Amino acid sequence: MSNVPADLRYAKSHEWLKPAGDGTATVGITDYAQNSLGDITYVQLPKVGTVLAAGQVFGVVESVKAASDLYSPVAGTVIAVNPALDATPETVNQDAYEGGWMLKLKLSDPASAGTLLDATAYGKLIG
Amino acid sequence: MSDLKRTPLRDFHAAHGARLVDFAGWEMPVQYRSILEEHKAVRRAAGLFDVSHMGEVDVKGPEALRFLNHLVTNDVAKLFPGRVLYSPMCYPNGGVVDDLLVYMRAPKDYFLCINAGNIDKDVAWIHEQAKGYDVTISDRSADYALLAIQGPAAVAIVQSLTGAKLDRIGYYHFAEGTVAGVQCIISRTGYTGEDGFELYHPAGDAVALAEAVVKAGSAHGLELTGLGARDSLRLEAGYPLYGHEITADISPLTAGLGWTVKLDKGADFIGRAALLAEKAGGAASKVVFFKTGDRRIVRADTPVLGADGVPVGRVLSGTLSPILNEAIGSALVTTASAAAPLAVDIRGTLINLQLVKPPFVELKKSST
Repeated sequence: MSNVPADLRYAKSHEWLKPAGDGTATVGITDYAQNSLGDITYVQLPKVGTVLAAGQVFGVVESVKAASDLYSPVAGTVIAVNPALDATPETVNQDAYEGGWMLKLKLSDPASAGTLLDATAYGKLIG
Repeated sequence: MSDLKRTPLRDFHAAHGARLVDFAGWEMPVQYRSILEEHKAVRRAAGLFDVSHMGEVDVKGPEALRFLNHLVTNDVAKLFPGRVLYSPMCYPNGGVVDDLLVYMRAPKDYFLCINAGNIDKDVAWIHEQAKGYDVTISDRSADYALLAIQGPAAVAIVQSLTGAKLDRIGYYHFAEGTVAGVQCIISRTGYTGEDGFELYHPAGDAVALAEAVVKAGSAHGLELTGLGARDSLRLEAGYPLYGHEITADISPLTAGLGWTVKLDKGADFIGRAALLAEKAGGAASKVVFFKTGDRRIVRADTPVLGADGVPVGRVLSGTLSPILNEAIGSALVTTASAAAPLAVDIRGTLINLQLVKPPFVELKKSST
């Protein structure tokens, strides 16, 4: 069974978003996504300052099996990327919702998280 | 996946948390917990692989030796009872039908191990070539299960389950005996570059044998290991995989397997004339192995670029070496370009290929 924390928002493309409440949010991929990908070997992330539209590709996650695009769940500007993933991308497998975070975004619209799935709807999607 | 073929261990794998995938029409475990961790377990201690999908063929009869030396490129006449030989089996044009192991059990009594995805093709091919020879060919693939125990702890684990004297079985030799009470062909062979054994045994005994190996192996750090780790282990060891480094279009000479092509063995084997011509004229292309110093995996079919950015070949296999922590792989490139700088374009980044003579890591396999 995949772990779907109740306090996060989810994109259909299997990214999660955690609003901080100050107009910023953290983004990563879900437990379901990391489990489907298998051993993650490389994570390619954008530069700080990159402006992303909702649904825009922001990077690539590679596993032994395949390389997959990562999509920004909402519009925003990249204000941080996880520096640990360069050397230890397997953190995404081990800790998808905390240590395996990928981006921090300054949201273009602080209300945009509301357009995403809640945990119940995402749980149904991957059910 | 109900239309897939299953080994006798399918439910054993599922019960141990395997991720089961379609491999060459078989429902097989690609991994149990992590391909990278399973790979490291084999290099560090031991792994248990179910490779029961592999095919087995009996070749018996007065002309078994003469027939096999016509069928395959290596020299079967060098075998004696208890000895194993690796060989390609070629088409007349030098392309490869399959690569296989030849076991000599007794005079006029040989046993072949062939790739799972090639069983139907191989058996038809072998029957066709056997016309006019006094031999009997029997496809025994459904009768046998095959477990591979591989890694530095493999000998201790298997020895704890058998009265056979394993230190008397050298690399690429075999004996027949019981392991955990199951009658086995105990073969000191493998596809990981580590020391270890492959145990051919009756399909009905597979679950009992696998459970005995797991029980005996737990104190030695043995882990269940899937086909994902098997592939990265074989690539790290520099072993060819049919359909990648050797194919109907890539001859054993092109693949760097010249040591398995015995042009002067005194038998006019299938493909000999073409391979002789290839050797005399020089092959147009060759298989090379590379590492990159980068973690981005260079996947099969990625174009290989020469010094001026022009494509000079393509990647055949690629993975991340869990031991080197960098991408490794093989490629087919034009012979003329093989000495020049080579690169691949991964999502807009040019990555240089550093050519390596495999194995990529120091191997400790038995050399006796």
